[in-house]
Amino acid sequence: MSAKPAITASEPDNYYGYRSFHIGGFAFRRDEYFVHVAWPKGNHTLSAEVFLRALQRDVAWNFFYGTVNFDGVFGTLNHYGTVDMFAGRFNDAYVKAGLDYSETFAAGPLMASFKTILDDWTNRGYDPFAAPEETARPYGRKNGENRAAIERLRVTAERMVGLPGDTPRRSDTNGYPVNRHFADVPQDEPEIHPEPGFEGEVSAFSLFAYLSRSDVTWNPSVCSVVKESLYCPTSEEFILPVEHGNDRVEWFMQLSDEIIWEVKHKDTGAPRARVVMKAGDICAMPADIRHQGFSAKRSMLLVWENNSAQIPDLIASGKAPVVPVRF
Amino acid sequence: MSDVKTIFGSLQSFHKGGVEVIDDDPRNYVFSNVFDVAAKAKAFERIAVGKNFEYVVECVRAEGTSPWYTCAHDEFALVLDGKVEIRLFKPDRALLAPDRSGAVALTERPTGRAMGRILAGRGHLALLPKNALYQFHAEAPSVMTIQTIQGPLTIERWAEICQTA
Ligand SMILES: [Fe+2]
Repeated sequence: MSAKPAITASEPDNYYGYRSFHIGGFAFRRDEYFVHVAWPKGNHTLSAEVFLRALQRDVAWNFFYGTVNFDGVFGTLNHYGTVDMFAGRFNDAYVKAGLDYSETFAAGPLMASFKTILDDWTNRGYDPFAAPEETARPYGRKNGENRAAIERLRVTAERMVGLPGDTPRRSDTNGYPVNRHFADVPQDEPEIHPEPGFEGEVSAFSLFAYLSRSDVTWNPSVCSVVKESLYCPTSEEFILPVEHGNDRVEWFMQLSDEIIWEVKHKDTGAPRARVVMKAGDICAMPADIRHQGFSAKRSMLLVWENNSAQIPDLIASGKAPVVPVRF
Repeated sequence: MSDVKTIFGSLQSFHKGGVEVIDDDPRNYVFSNVFDVAAKAKAFERIAVGKNFEYVVECVRAEGTSPWYTCAHDEFALVLDGKVEIRLFKPDRALLAPDRSGAVALTERPTGRAMGRILAGRGHLALLPKNALYQFHAEAPSVMTIQTIQGPLTIERWAEICQTA
């Protein structure tokens, strides 16, 4: 693991106004349109939008499950305590050419470093969580900051949204108006008739109304919990900012509208399938793929995860299959 | 006035997507559709449409009145079409060992107290609290899913419900 300080920052560039950063063997700089990543064996360029939208998810999800590919070259791999930052590691051509590179960091300092970059490179009015139609553009020279957007906390219910003491429901009054793409979604809530003494235990809420009021995209949030089984519904519009290579099987249930998934081999990036999901469709994403979703209209997606800490080793060692069911 | 149209599925109207293979086996995706499964199901069969180790998502066609069930852990019912009444009842003592997985159906209701009821419509997510008894009632055919752990009532019929080619 790298013993070096996690991050060093330059003074702001005289022209662009952005700082440059070093984290271990990696160097990062941005200009008006692009982010440039360098490592001891290579260089890579991404659009600032792709980089910031992906970086925002990696930060908000605390490196998430498994691999977060910002694109086909750069990303992170979570070992839950340590995190690998890599370039070309899951790209067949880079590996064959010997240009791939990976470095392991303690999760805490790397997270702090990522937050520093995200803060410096996110301008006033640009929200990396928002759909492109709902936010300013990320490009141009440095212009202020948007901490209110990038420091949002991920919602994680302990038992279920709406229970006493748990994550609250969303409403106009607590700052969550209905999204423009969900203007037609009924806002009726279930009728609850508890007997005296059971007010806190007889509980239900409208998940569809809740999701219609989400102010972010591609940000799965825990809404109900059965031991390690987590319902993480989310509202989706435009493109999932990362190619997610999970270290376990995850499941999708499409609750509304449609998402198209591009599925590639997790290690090589070779295309494997295109999965079209319409309302009511449910399917698994195997543990040996990476996936990226496209949602033309804002849609409601139920992401279902098994949070058990044992699974990554079971799958990596071949003791558990990469698919959930054989038939 | 907005002209946006959000599309939800129902027993009467659903459209399935699917897996378009490039270099893969569609079975790897265990792809089904809850309305399609419910349309072909008997009332209150608990058919697994998702499975991840011991955890399952069951699809249920709610029609008429179900047996009483109990479960040693929380479960969550999500209504996706129609209207379902959920009746909750607290038995005088827990009926299952605390480490028991999945729901169990009861032949008769033991002594205890009514906890209340929930009238849930499309998109509503309801807690089925651990160790409570619960019963579903639907006047018209309705569809829900249950987030739970695989148990004696969980039916697996993957080859019948999933895309295979
Ligand atoms: Fe994912």
